[in-house]
Amino acid sequence: MSTRIATRFAALKAQNRPALVAYVMAGDPDQATGQAILDMLPQAGADIIELGMPFSDPMADGVSVQRAGQRALAAGQTLRGVLAMVEDFRRKDTTTPIVLMGYYNPIYSMGVDAFLTAAVQAGVDGLIVVDLPPEEDDELCLPAMAVGINFIRLATPTTDDQRLPVVLNNTSGFVYYVSMNGVTGAAIKSRGAVGDAVARIKGHTDLPIVVGFGIKTADDAADIGRHADGIAVGSVLVDTVGNSLLDGKPTDKTVGALRDLVADLAAGVKRARA
Amino acid sequence: MDGTNSLRNGPDEAGNFGQFGGRFVAETLMPLILDLEAHYRAAKLDPEFKAELSDLSINYAGRPSPLYYAKRITEQLGGAKVWFKREELNHTGSHKINNCLGQILLAKRMGKTRVIAETGAGQHGVATATVCAKFDLPCTIFMGATDVERQMPNVLRMKMLGAEVRPVTAGAGTLKDAMNEALRDWVTNVDTTYYLIGTAAGPHPYPEMVRDFQSVIGTELKEQFHKAEGKLPDAVVACVGGGSNAIGTFHAFLDDASVAIYGAEAGGHGIDVENGHAASMTGGRPGVLHGNRTYLLQDKDGQILEGHSISAGLDYPGVGPEHSFLHDTKRVTYAPITDNEALEAFQLCTKLEGIIPALESAHGLALLMKVAKTMGKDQSIVLCLSGRGDKDVESVGKYLGLLK
Repeated sequence: MSTRIATRFAALKAQNRPALVAYVMAGDPDQATGQAILDMLPQAGADIIELGMPFSDPMADGVSVQRAGQRALAAGQTLRGVLAMVEDFRRKDTTTPIVLMGYYNPIYSMGVDAFLTAAVQAGVDGLIVVDLPPEEDDELCLPAMAVGINFIRLATPTTDDQRLPVVLNNTSGFVYYVSMNGVTGAAIKSRGAVGDAVARIKGHTDLPIVVGFGIKTADDAADIGRHADGIAVGSVLVDTVGNSLLDGKPTDKTVGALRDLVADLAAGVKRARA
Repeated sequence: MDGTNSLRNGPDEAGNFGQFGGRFVAETLMPLILDLEAHYRAAKLDPEFKAELSDLSINYAGRPSPLYYAKRITEQLGGAKVWFKREELNHTGSHKINNCLGQILLAKRMGKTRVIAETGAGQHGVATATVCAKFDLPCTIFMGATDVERQMPNVLRMKMLGAEVRPVTAGAGTLKDAMNEALRDWVTNVDTTYYLIGTAAGPHPYPEMVRDFQSVIGTELKEQFHKAEGKLPDAVVACVGGGSNAIGTFHAFLDDASVAIYGAEAGGHGIDVENGHAASMTGGRPGVLHGNRTYLLQDKDGQILEGHSISAGLDYPGVGPEHSFLHDTKRVTYAPITDNEALEAFQLCTKLEGIIPALESAHGLALLMKVAKTMGKDQSIVLCLSGRGDKDVESVGKYLGLLK
C-alpha cells in the first residue's frame, strides 16, 4: 500500500529536493484561524504537515510550543477537535500528508482504539508521540501500524549505533532526527554534526530522514536540507502566530504572516541542492 | 524476593506494577534511563556501595530514626496506641535524605558532574542541595514559583547550601510544573546531568529505586516495634503525595496480612470541589505523565489538572505507580484528608507532643486520628512522621491568624 507520506517523498526525490515539514499547533490561536492556517500551508509551500495536539504538560517542548499549546487549550481545543480539523482539511486536500504530534495521555484518555478509528477516518497519515519510546510499542505504535498509520520515531544524538536498530524497528513513514539534545526551539549547535548523524542513520535504514529542532530561517533550511530528506520547522512558525496576535486574538495579519514565512522556508529547501 | 504470591515482587522487567509504571519518556532520555538501571542493578550487588550508604545513613543522616510512643495523643484519642516513626529527626528534617544519599552515590558512580532535582515543599530540594554540597557537585533545583513563596525557609536553606533555585512560573507554579522544567533541563544536559528524582514516581527504574532507598523506614520500624511490643503493629499510616515516605513505610509490611495499611491523600478543599484537591487515587483516573502510567487528576480530554493542597509537598496531580497498584489491589486504603483536617492535626501534635510536624505528615496524622479511634486499646498504629514543620510555621501562622 502506498501511503501519502511515501508518495510525497518519492515525488520530492524526483525533484531532487528535501521536504519542508511544517509544524503548527492545532487550534492556535482558535479553531477557525487554526483551520485557515492548516488549509493555507500546502499552497504556501509545506510538503508535509505536522499538526500539534496540545497538551497541558509538554515536557519536551520549549516555550514557543508550550505557549502555542496553551493558546489552543485556552480556546477550547480537544483531541476530537484536532481530528475534526484534519477531516475538514482532507475535504480540500487529499495528497498532503498530515502527521499528528504530541503526547500520549490525551490519546490514552480517549482510548487507543477509538482514537485510531477516528484518525483513520479523518485522514491522518502518521503519529509522533514524544513520550512513547520503543519500549512502549504495544501501547500505540503497533496498533497504529495495524490500521495503516505510520508511527514516526525520533532519533537523537544520544541514540548510538547500538540503540539505533531498536529505535528504527517498527518505525515507518520517515525518521525524525532531533538535531540536538534539548527541547524544541533551542539553537542548533553544530551543523556538521547533523550531516554526519544523518549519514550514520542512513546506514541503518532506507526510510527518509527528516531533521528538526533548531531550524529557523530559509538559510538553515537550505543548509540542513542539503544533507537530509526533509527539514522540520516548528517553533519559529508558532512564534509567528503568537507575535501576530493582539490581546490574544488573531488579526488580519496572522494567516498572512505565517504564509510569508512558510513560502520563504520553501524557497530555502528548493535551493538546498541547487 | 519473597515468593510468587508476594506483593513485594514488583516491578517487572519493564518497570510495571500491574498495569502501572513503565518508561514513558522522550527518546533522548531512554539510553540514560537504561544506563541508570544497569548502574543501579550493579550497585545493589556491590558490598562497597552498601557499606558506604550504610555508613552515611548512620553517621551523616542519623539513622536509625527513633520509634516514639505518643502517649498524650493516644490518651486524647482513646483508641489504639499511637506511635511515630521519627523521620523528621533525620539530618535535613525529613525522610528525603534516605533517597538522596543513595542516588548521589549512584550519580558519582555514573560519572555525572551536575545534579538537578524538582521540589515541592523544598524538603527534597534541601536534601539534594545537602548531598551535593557534601559530594561537591553543582546542583540546580526546580521549584514552582508558588511553592518558592510558601516555603521560603527551605529556599534560603538550599541557596545557603550552594544550590541554584530556579522558580518555575508555568502552570500554577507547583510541583508538576517544576517536574516538567526539570525534565526539559535533563533532555538538554543529558550527557553531564543526573536527575535526582525525589519521589517514588517517574520512569522506571526511579519508582523501584526510590522505594528501595526509602524502605529502610519500614524495615527499621518493624524491628523497633517488635523490640518494643514483641509483635507486628496493627496498622501503619503515611501521607501520600508522590508517595516516597509512604512506600518506604509500607513495603516491609505488604505481605503481613494482619497489618492494615493507610495512605493519606491531600483532600484540599474537599474531594467534591473540582480541581480543589490533590487526591489522585480517590479523585482521578489512570493516565500517563512524567514517565509513568498512574492515577492522575485530569479533565475529560486527558489534560492534567493542577490540583490543590495546603501542603506544597502533596500538591501534585499524580502518585507513584506502586501506590496505584496497591490501591487497585486494595492492599492499601487511601483516603483524602482536607486542608482543615491537616491543620487541626498539625496543632494537636504540636500542643500534645511538642512535635511540630510538616503539613504533609499532618495529613497522615489526621488519617491516623480517624483510624485509631476505631481500634482497640490493645492495638497499635504507627505514623511515619515524615518531616518536621519548621518550614510551615509561617504559612500555618497566616492560616491561624497569628500573622497578618
